[in-house]
Amino acid sequence: MTDKVYGKEKWIQGLEGLKNDYKIYVPVKDGDFHAFMPMSEGKAPDFDYDNTRMSPKAVMYPESERLFEYSLDDADPEANILKESPKDFSPRAIVGIRPCDAHGFQIVNRNFDNPEYRDPWWVRRFGSTTLVGLGCNRPCSTCFCTAVGGGPFHEEWLDALMVDLGDRYLVKGLTDKGEGFLAKMTGGTPADEGAYKEAEALAEEASQKIVSSPPTDRLKDQKTTDLFNAPFWEEVAFGCLNCGTCTYLCPTCWCFDIQDEVFGKQGDRIRNWDSCMFPLFTLHGSGHNPRDQKFQRVRQRFMHKLKYYVDKYENGVQCSGCGRCVRYCPVNIDIRDICERMNNFESA
Amino acid sequence: MVKYTEKIQEIAKRLLQEEKVDVFIGYRKGTMPMMNQPVLITAPEEAARLYWDNFCGLNLCNYLTKRTDRIGVIANGCNSRNMVTHIIENQIQREQLYIVGIPCEGMIDHRAVMRAVHYKEILDIEQNGKTFVVKGADFEETFEKEKFLQSNCAVCTHRNPVIYDELVGELVEEQTDVSAYEDVEKVEAMDPEKKQGFFTRLIGRCIRCYACRNACPLCYCPTCFVDESKPQWVGKSIDPTDTLTFHFLRAYHCAGRCTDCGACERVCPMGIPMRQFTKKLNKDCLELFSWEAGLTLDQRPPLDVYRPDDYNDFIK
Ligand code: SF4
Ligand code: SF4
Ligand code: SF4
Ligand code: SF4
Ligand code: SF4
Repeated sequence: MTDKVYGKEKWIQGLEGLKNDYKIYVPVKDGDFHAFMPMSEGKAPDFDYDNTRMSPKAVMYPESERLFEYSLDDADPEANILKESPKDFSPRAIVGIRPCDAHGFQIVNRNFDNPEYRDPWWVRRFGSTTLVGLGCNRPCSTCFCTAVGGGPFHEEWLDALMVDLGDRYLVKGLTDKGEGFLAKMTGGTPADEGAYKEAEALAEEASQKIVSSPPTDRLKDQKTTDLFNAPFWEEVAFGCLNCGTCTYLCPTCWCFDIQDEVFGKQGDRIRNWDSCMFPLFTLHGSGHNPRDQKFQRVRQRFMHKLKYYVDKYENGVQCSGCGRCVRYCPVNIDIRDICERMNNFESA
Repeated sequence: MVKYTEKIQEIAKRLLQEEKVDVFIGYRKGTMPMMNQPVLITAPEEAARLYWDNFCGLNLCNYLTKRTDRIGVIANGCNSRNMVTHIIENQIQREQLYIVGIPCEGMIDHRAVMRAVHYKEILDIEQNGKTFVVKGADFEETFEKEKFLQSNCAVCTHRNPVIYDELVGELVEEQTDVSAYEDVEKVEAMDPEKKQGFFTRLIGRCIRCYACRNACPLCYCPTCFVDESKPQWVGKSIDPTDTLTFHFLRAYHCAGRCTDCGACERVCPMGIPMRQFTKKLNKDCLELFSWEAGLTLDQRPPLDVYRPDDYNDFIK
């Protein structure tokens, strides 16, 4: 066991000492909100944060990533041949990630790394990333991690866990990756009984503070077609702007679009995040759009997260309960409400 | 505000009962403080869900486009001006609408409130006329509404609805001593390089979710130019030039039509003040054509009329 206690400044100094071993992402204050950024970019980490506005998803799965490049120059003997673009798979660590966001990675991993399909870039980045979590002493009113299998101090998907004890952190190693990270850190003293007791009390207190708990117990047994044809979708979708904010901020949405961009004789094949909320997402080459109405797109979002995923992976819902979509949806479409409606739906 | 809510509920109930309208569009109270949700109700019993307060800063005109039924809808100054524009542009017929006018007192800027309490989580807001109380787990602070208005509301000179069939309350006094374009003037004074820098920074965080476009009643094109693929006007990745192109072009499409309702800014997940683009064009329209959008049903916006006898040379 490498569990240690670090004074807060010592912890940050220790992280700085690891810069040659890892690219370290930390929460920093960015304008009005927090965001995960590489530690080297000059901004001080701020671990006293509620939740970042954008999830850390982009660290492993960038908004836009060049997959391949090619030349369109006929004089080039290799014209029109796709070549893989260089990518960075060096070890990285996300320090201060919330347990729900680590859960988010686990959920996306099920989609990108399974017996049917392996996304090579995701798999390599996921493999080279260490997740050093931070327990939530102060969950928000919008958090519902405990309703979807997690919790403010849930360790399952993390490699290490920091607990904020006021003037110091208790840091627990949870996996080999996590232990390896901590073994490289300087400073810290072996964790004492008192620190564990304090951490336990904080965890207990935090789980009491979670006030939202949408029910999910019946989702699995609901008939897909009943939910699909449920009468509430038009109503649920009415206010929706189809803006995709919910998708882009969500740690568990994984959909993408692949586009070719050409500049002069140089071409790039780029993968971009996409959202089922956009009409373009399902537009066929023929011009036909199977989801050309707003309520169909909204229905897709919730059916995917709370029914199709549930049935396909038999491992809970495609939501980590981070509450971002609840906080930032500009028209207050609340997944907790919709989950409850779907779960409690009685077909006529 | 409580008064308005009751009045709206009463009117909606009556209209639906008397079958004067098929549906009624308004807001319901949100599940989050400072967030309300647009709703459409169809039965008189549902009228009790309707709600109004100083956080109804979306634009309900956005929900009217191309509807074919008879609609009751609430509208404050800016929303009603967009309805005028919608009628002129044939997106809805005047006869289809029963407009319940709301003399507006301005919307509170939810971001300013969050900033004022240093981003501590807000659990509840109590609105008492000129002041409001912000409550969190371990704090309670009172603020003056006047100081927290959305920046468009602070300089709004058309708070009363322009067209309506009924009002929920007495008309309010219009503001007259505001200088609406101080921010634009500052940008106008910059040299081209500085301007470029200013706008590049302004949109620096934009994630191109297009929430601003989707919240705007003016943006009703069946396929927006950014979504076109043949030809593809704008790239899909995160190239800043594409982002700037989106913002410039969208602003030009809104020239002479924008009512400065602020819905675009309100919904931006990244808090980008993209009204800086549309406001410049609003100012130009005012100075060049003495035009403010949506004030009259009798005249089309200046940039969508062609007159062979136009006195300007460039048009000939
Ligand atoms: S649910 Fe909300 S955040 Fe998601 S697309 Fe609709 S309006 Fe945007
Ligand atoms: S659906 Fe909403 S609450 Fe669930 S993980 Fe995504 S953003 Fe978080
Ligand atoms: S289908 Fe929609 S909800 Fe599902 S992952 Fe894709 S964007 Fe997210
Ligand atoms: S809403 Fe904001 S982030 Fe989204 S496209 Fe508009 S300016 Fe960009
Ligand atoms: S551009 Fe913005 S301020 Fe202007 S009408 Fe559209 S939403 Fe309102």
